[in-house]
Amino acid sequence: MGAGLFSSFMTGTWLEASIVAVAAGAVGFFVVVRGAAFAAHAIPQGAFTGAAGAALVGVNTLAGVGVFSFLAATAIARWGRRARRDVVTALILVGLLGLGSLFLSMSLEYSAQTFSLLFGEPLAVGTGELLPTGAIAAACLALIVAMYRRLMLTSVAPELAAARGVNPENVETWFLLSVGAATTLALPVVGALLVFSLMIGPPSAARFIARRPAAAVAVSVALALVTVWVAIAAAFYSGWPLGFFVGVLGVVWYLLGRLVHARTGDARSTGDARSTGDARSTGDARSPAPQGPAAGAALRKALAPPGISS
Amino acid sequence: MSVLHAVFAPGFFTSGPVLAAVLIGGVVALVSAPAGFLTVMRSHSFAGHAFSEVTATGGSAAYLVGVGPLLGYVVAALAGAGAMGALGVERHKSRDLVAGVVLGATLGLTALFLYLTTTSQSTSGAAVTVLFGSLFAVSSSDWPTVVALGGAALALVGVGWRPLLLSSVSPELAAARGVRLRLVESAYLAAVALAVALASMTVGAILSTALLVGPAAAALRFARTPARACAWAAAIGLVAVWGGIVLAYDSYDWPPSQQGWPVSFFVVFLVLATYLASYLFGRHRDPAHRDPAHRDPAHRDPAHRDPAHRDPAHRDPAHRDPAHRDPAHRGEA
Repeated sequence: MGAGLFSSFMTGTWLEASIVAVAAGAVGFFVVVRGAAFAAHAIPQGAFTGAAGAALVGVNTLAGVGVFSFLAATAIARWGRRARRDVVTALILVGLLGLGSLFLSMSLEYSAQTFSLLFGEPLAVGTGELLPTGAIAAACLALIVAMYRRLMLTSVAPELAAARGVNPENVETWFLLSVGAATTLALPVVGALLVFSLMIGPPSAARFIARRPAAAVAVSVALALVTVWVAIAAAFYSGWPLGFFVGVLGVVWYLLGRLVHARTGDARSTGDARSTGDARSTGDARSPAPQGPAAGAALRKALAPPGISS
Repeated sequence: MSVLHAVFAPGFFTSGPVLAAVLIGGVVALVSAPAGFLTVMRSHSFAGHAFSEVTATGGSAAYLVGVGPLLGYVVAALAGAGAMGALGVERHKSRDLVAGVVLGATLGLTALFLYLTTTSQSTSGAAVTVLFGSLFAVSSSDWPTVVALGGAALALVGVGWRPLLLSSVSPELAAARGVRLRLVESAYLAAVALAVALASMTVGAILSTALLVGPAAAALRFARTPARACAWAAAIGLVAVWGGIVLAYDSYDWPPSQQGWPVSFFVVFLVLATYLASYLFGRHRDPAHRDPAHRDPAHRDPAHRDPAHRDPAHRDPAHRDPAHRDPAHRGEA
């Protein structure tokens, strides 16, 4: 059994999952910084409908997932700005899932396939799927790199971004499309429900640990890689679904990050990070530090985890 | 008569499961209205949705252990409320992340429980039943429990109604008035947990967000006062649930197969249709629309609440124009 974990039939799985982790870890950092966790959760679940629909019609799963990721991302980016964003995201999510329940009820061989779509079936990845996966991941990362400054500016200093002529709606649309691309990659491996964990857990810890954005992205990617590797090994030996291990590790990272932050952060911020009390008043109580309009300072300030920036 | 027959397929009013669905679905719609109203007002849809995923964990655990799903839904939702409250979901800066982390953990557990259920009991449909639910599968013996839990949720909201409203609109003002925010927020989280647990029973765990958020969001465009908005939300919820039951019952004759379309699909569809209609016909603009800060996602970013980003002039009393305070200067003006 021990040799089987690294046997040639597992090569596709290891490579595929590593590609997924790199993309999800990098995109996830911006999900956390931009406070877009709900969208990052809604897009994969909406994409599940695409997978169910593809199974019903009999086309490639990746195509169905891609189309519905695209639909969900553009819908949230466009309509989310015209009304309460969280409400719109929630309704797009349940609308797509409702459609998914209809597709499921119409297709005949649903149960086993549904389960693997929702919770992932990584041990069945062939090396033939590596090429499209790698191409999408490369496109996703290229998008993030190209938009790096605009992504940071619009999340951290929106006024400054506006002054520089950055259109926040375009940035949001492209950003959510990159989330959709990462979803398309990750869904067949970790499943619709757990794509989200991979995009939230590692970056949430990275944000606590690293202070500079580039370092935080690196930590996030590293933790995402560790997550999928440990999860594959654990799923291989236990036979339990991969998603379980990804979900649990996500929480472990978050709690570890909070712990590290509480230990190393300065006294004031640790109090905030740990206190479960009402932080709205805590945040207001502290006198604002004199802050120049410099973008660099604003970036650094905002990148600090919630405890510090309060 | 023929029209009536066309809408209500024969046997609708005599079918036991249908009547149980009508009764329980009605209670759920009524309970979801005030809980959903507060959720929308507090911009808490993500936490509300996280609750629905938490109930999925409870439902799958109940399947595994072999107890009724309702018990699993309720226990898990209340535990989720405790976890989210402890991690600080009510804090503006961390709510996104906290709801997300709790959500991720529960999804992982759901995966495990459903997997263990399918392997140990060879009932492979558990995932679909828990996640997408069916109102027709609700046992009519559940209704006293449903009414009791619904009553508890309504009582929690009713007792804390005024402080909850105040703290939704302005936490600072509520704190200044001596509202104990922790207590109020705990009551709110518990009420939403119960409402979502009940909704999960009707439309399935991951679709229950539709009943919580949809009717309330549409109601805000039809009504101006909180009480009227709750009444609208309850009415919309009832129409969606009962309309969904009628359509699902009719759909047994529809293609492609002779097994009917899922009732959850129709409920969600009707909720969404009402929300879209509220956009076209709603008389009132949701207050959130007037405030540009709500439109721009960047403004929601935690960083924006950083005091340093606010103009210090507005915060520092010394920067306020003394002329407005000093009576002597007023005389000159």
